[in-house]
Amino acid sequence: MKGRGLRAYALIYLLFLYAPILLLPIFAFNSGTVIAFPLRGITTEWFAQMWGNASLRRALFNSLTIAVSSSVLATCLGIFAARASTRFEFPGKGPIMGLIMLPLVLPEIIVSISLLVVLLSLGVKLSVLTVIIGHTLICMPYATVILSTAFNSLDRSLEEAAYDLGETRWSAFRLVILPLVMPGIISSLLMSFTISLDEFIIAFFLAGNEPTLPTYIFSQLRFPKQIPAIMALGTVLVLLSVVLLTIAEYFRRRGIARTGAKDTGGFL
Amino acid sequence: MASGNRSQTAQGLTLITPPFAYAVLVLAAPLLTILAYSFFKDGYLTVIREFTLENYSTVWADPIFHRIMLRSLVVAALVTLVTVVLAFPVAYFLSFVVAPQRKSMWLFLITIPFWTSYLIRVFLWKVILGYNGVINSGLKTLGIIEQPLTFILYNVNSMVITLAHAYAPFAILPIFIALEKIDRSLLEAGRDLGESRAMTFWRVTLPLAMPGVVAASLIVFIPTIGDYVTPALIGGGKIPMIANMIQAQMLDLDNRPLGSALAVTAMLIVALISLIFLALNWRFLKVRQ
Repeated sequence: MKGRGLRAYALIYLLFLYAPILLLPIFAFNSGTVIAFPLRGITTEWFAQMWGNASLRRALFNSLTIAVSSSVLATCLGIFAARASTRFEFPGKGPIMGLIMLPLVLPEIIVSISLLVVLLSLGVKLSVLTVIIGHTLICMPYATVILSTAFNSLDRSLEEAAYDLGETRWSAFRLVILPLVMPGIISSLLMSFTISLDEFIIAFFLAGNEPTLPTYIFSQLRFPKQIPAIMALGTVLVLLSVVLLTIAEYFRRRGIARTGAKDTGGFL
Repeated sequence: MASGNRSQTAQGLTLITPPFAYAVLVLAAPLLTILAYSFFKDGYLTVIREFTLENYSTVWADPIFHRIMLRSLVVAALVTLVTVVLAFPVAYFLSFVVAPQRKSMWLFLITIPFWTSYLIRVFLWKVILGYNGVINSGLKTLGIIEQPLTFILYNVNSMVITLAHAYAPFAILPIFIALEKIDRSLLEAGRDLGESRAMTFWRVTLPLAMPGVVAASLIVFIPTIGDYVTPALIGGGKIPMIANMIQAQMLDLDNRPLGSALAVTAMLIVALISLIFLALNWRFLKVRQ
């Protein structure tokens, strides 16, 4: 009896959350060119159109380059930040960690505009590289959070045992700690990859003339004729994100299980 | 042990240096640059490095800035209210009803939509709410309405719905965490002392959950006010919010000092409102320590 009303409400809420995503494939396979009911018929034409599009392929290539680079960079920086914050005490820890986590709450428009102004005044040419710089910055806090959970659940005596058995600080890190936090690292990589792949504002301001998938989509939304193909692209992107996140979640849980901690759930 | 502590401190500082240096270079330095620019003069296409407060007086005197800032604040406040009120029962359900081993499954389901292409989700709301959108065309096909519903068309309402959807998980997670921390025996004590279930909720659960509610409000409010995509897509560019105005001033009109002053003013207003909000809820936040 308890919570039946709440459960019904939660399910309706989930439906509200998923409503737009559920509509996406419906219109991606609808043969009508206008995104409205009633539906016409089933077609895979939009997907075929998508494959044949050269500028889309370029955007995809750029997006993948950016996402791979910034997820690796953000995860490396995140490992340092997570290790430092979970294992050591040092002066100024609060403010330093605060600055590293700041992009989580700062509106992206502020981050991207201020970075853009600096890059332009330094005479840096906008390119894929400048987007990587921005994406690394906004992925770093997420990577740090995920990795902190991984490092936090480590038993410190394992590390001390390694020292006692004659390992150096680096070899103990490589042989004992790294394998234990590996699931966290994989989870952080996938998470950062997903964030970068989806990120629009920073790419919009910092990419110059190079398209990424979201900026390509944004540029196409003005043309009603292109919308069905965008729906098809969106379906593929959403599927990709869901798969990546599921794998990330799997590794996050495995990491927690491996270090024997209790799952507190959630990424944030 | 003292030398051990010092080497611990040194190790910690060494480790934190790379991410900290990166944040300083890519985040703090640009923010300070914006702050400096806001006090400079604009010479067409260049920036004259001379101290002036003119940009700020222009911003404060500009009626368009007042309108857009007010609209951004109203939209963000509405979105915050809607998301937090709608999210609370879900967080409560997750914390008090769902079996412990299924909690992370539910949290995962709730966070997934948040991670899937923001741009496409916003655009889909335009499709759903539009003149010939899913709701209107669906209702017309079913014969429920003859004319399209107009109150959801390309206006502040549709922006609020879109943003409330986009930031929903942001509201659920902090409230859920606060509820999880509540010692369940306090609730039993409330019931044992003769309070009804509703009164126990009102006098025990809700005050203890307030830190989560406050965190959720701020986490939704701050990014919402700086949202660029939703006004650009849903509002069709006709009802800009502050982010669109900053972008126009910085890039389209290429007046960086004025754009910077605009950004700094907006950030100050948001910071001030957040501080007032925190102060108003201080008694709830204090209880935890």
